[in-house]
Amino acid sequence: MSTVFRPHSPSESLQSDRSTGDRQRHREKVREAIRDNIADIVAEQAIIGRSGDTVVKVPIRGIKEYRFIYGKNTPGVGQGDGDSQPGQVIGKAGNDKGPPEQGHGGNEPGTDYYETDVTIDEVIDLMFEDLELPDMERKALRETLAQRHTKRLGYKRFGIRAHLDRKRTAKARIARKLATGRAESDAHAPSEDRFPFHKEDRRYRRRKPDIAYESNAVVVCVMDTSGSMDTTKKYLARSFFFLLYQFVRTRYDMVEIVFIAHDTKAREVNEDEFFTKGESGGTMISSGYGTALDIIEDRYHPGLWNVYLVHCSDGDNFTHDNAETLKLARKLSKVCKLFGYAEVRPHGSASWGDSMMHHFEGLNFNNFHALSIESKNDIWPAFKRMLRAEREAETE
Amino acid sequence: MTSWTVDDLKAWDERIREKVEAFGLDCYDQEFEICDQNQMLGLMAYSGMPSHYPHWSFGKAYERTRTLYDHGVSGLPYEMVINANPAIAYLMRDNSLCLQVLTMAHVYAHNDFFKRNFTFSFLRAELVVAMFKSQAERVRDYIEDPSIGLERVEPILDAAHALAYNCRRNPAIRMTGRNEQVERALEAARPPHDPFASLHIRPEYEQPDLHRVPLEPEENVLLFIRDNNPRLTSWERDLLTIAHNRAQYFLPQIETKAINEGWACYWHRAIMNALDLPQELYMEFLVRHNQVVRPIPGNINPYHLGLTIWDDIARKNGAETPGTKKDETLFAIREVDRDASFLRRFLTEDLMRKMDLFEYRSNGNEELVIDKVSDEQNWEQVKNTLIAQTGMGSFPVIRIIDADHGGNRTLYLKHQFDGRELDLKYAEETMHHLHKLWGRTIRLETELNGKTTALTFDGDAFNKKAA
Repeated sequence: MSTVFRPHSPSESLQSDRSTGDRQRHREKVREAIRDNIADIVAEQAIIGRSGDTVVKVPIRGIKEYRFIYGKNTPGVGQGDGDSQPGQVIGKAGNDKGPPEQGHGGNEPGTDYYETDVTIDEVIDLMFEDLELPDMERKALRETLAQRHTKRLGYKRFGIRAHLDRKRTAKARIARKLATGRAESDAHAPSEDRFPFHKEDRRYRRRKPDIAYESNAVVVCVMDTSGSMDTTKKYLARSFFFLLYQFVRTRYDMVEIVFIAHDTKAREVNEDEFFTKGESGGTMISSGYGTALDIIEDRYHPGLWNVYLVHCSDGDNFTHDNAETLKLARKLSKVCKLFGYAEVRPHGSASWGDSMMHHFEGLNFNNFHALSIESKNDIWPAFKRMLRAEREAETE
Repeated sequence: MTSWTVDDLKAWDERIREKVEAFGLDCYDQEFEICDQNQMLGLMAYSGMPSHYPHWSFGKAYERTRTLYDHGVSGLPYEMVINANPAIAYLMRDNSLCLQVLTMAHVYAHNDFFKRNFTFSFLRAELVVAMFKSQAERVRDYIEDPSIGLERVEPILDAAHALAYNCRRNPAIRMTGRNEQVERALEAARPPHDPFASLHIRPEYEQPDLHRVPLEPEENVLLFIRDNNPRLTSWERDLLTIAHNRAQYFLPQIETKAINEGWACYWHRAIMNALDLPQELYMEFLVRHNQVVRPIPGNINPYHLGLTIWDDIARKNGAETPGTKKDETLFAIREVDRDASFLRRFLTEDLMRKMDLFEYRSNGNEELVIDKVSDEQNWEQVKNTLIAQTGMGSFPVIRIIDADHGGNRTLYLKHQFDGRELDLKYAEETMHHLHKLWGRTIRLETELNGKTTALTFDGDAFNKKAA
């Protein structure tokens, strides 16, 4: 029997991390798993209305290492503190304290983790990886200050003190001095030993605002917050808007978003109120559409802006309002790039009167899309369908 | 930096080896490698192997260990030994001198166990490192081969890993060959000897079906598929062999966790006590030793369990101070036993009471409740449960019965039901893997809620039917 010692060599430890490749592959698989389960994740309440850096637990399927194992009826053996009694509760099933993973030689992976932590921003990035906002059209190009930055462009003789370019100013003085030297006989020539700066030596940096030309887009979110919108419906609608909002927010810096909540009257609200506040009352969809039209007319002229409008409602409208609604919808279809109507009708929910879906059937505009959402699993497909349908319509 | 030098370690090693020899331990040559914690983390993901084939599951293992380590949930192991000849062990650079000495003593006892225990006897220790290296090279070749690539290698390895432990429980026992199986089948078909043959009607001789594949229920799932699925390409067969051999290497360690660790703890304590340690080292040794062998409430600590039993055996054989005389009984036990037999033979009612072992079950309410404690009526039941979950006992026994079930090459497997039901979700996913390798319908017979149930997966749909 002989023994060898191999001392530690720091250089080796620096250069060799052979698990890198496998870790990389594992992360890829995690990402894939998240993307595959995105519909489920989106439907989870936890995500809606949270800020981007909140960490959520995302269940991961597909990267578990399955093998034949025993199920729940398997008894286990543990060691007590000396006075264990039958009937004593020692822990939660499925908890770490559960049956010890025996027989893994200490080297094999033990319990699988079922969840991984990701931030909402990451989830959202993953969700939208394969989505584009439908055909941003370069509208008549209103100038938007992309960033409030300026850039330098040449020099000038007048300006503010802060922009004074000392080097150029000094050079100008030397030039003037030389020029003066040639005309020595000039009576006005100052004395040799003193040659001060003159007003006309000054040089200033010229600055010009840096304008980036962007297409302008505005997304108008209109939501029915009437009494008939019960918690489930509101939740579905909010999830849908949340998706849309996050999508727009992550993809385009320059997109403006308008939130309108309506019952019988409509008002513009901020993001927070839109996603969290509840309302009640009857429903007049026309009010929402009217407000939307006003805002568009007022601030977002369709000649300059790509307008995307999405409306979520349960379709219960006051009957006498239907005609007016249709009229305004027609108007909206003309000014909007995309006009989406999502009707939220959970299975078995009570509803009064008939659905607006039915009334909107007569609306034959290419850019109008009506979809219905029945359960939270429909949200993601519906959302994708709306964006896809629009793109296809354009390419045809 | 460290409070010791390699020369210190060598000096201590001299003294340890003196004791090892005096105690009669029989070891392979030993190599100690000194590594830092980053290297240790990397090594742990690959079970300490100097080279190992790539697969994402090792990346996952790394991430988990790293997370647990970074958050201080678990420390790094003091010792990691590779069962090879020469045995390789890693010493962490940042450990104290006392820990290094303790680890070295511990490692020599493991080394002895690897060399002499029957369960390990089928492994060729001098080839282990080379085998893993060759596997790594082959898998890398397949991945780099443009006609194969990672996206085809990975699913096969995924599936193979899922099934690698569905194999024979004791590879040290010789496998029966085809000829023997034929002979046995013929033997079984022959009518029993009848002393009154002239009085009885001669029973009809029934020709046994010798074309049946497999002739006897087969436990080595991967190897069986490798040899009996003609559609597999050669590299796919090789991957199955690789995964199988990898599992075979770990199997003896799985099977001898408590006895092996108990043995190592028993001897490291004996060696450390014999070393005449200076006081400050001795105090630290006591603390470390007790951290390792303490009982973990609600759980089973194999170090504690093993050491308690070994101590009991030693006491009964009058060898309370180890090393005073070489006790043959102890050495004989370390040669022939594995966890299951070790517990069966030496875990007594007394010990179970002393350790307060209990059996728990889920009460259907997501709670684990103590079911039985080690009292007069129940200790044997608790012991049986413990043995049933020991080592490979935690893997269900699933055998291949027929490779051509129903005449359409359905693979028919049977779960040897012992009162523990399969986890259905896992069974379903594992059957997907089986289907990936076999290419035809998979049928698995098991028992659910007291009824024999057939699970089938035909590539599209998973079915559960009471049979």
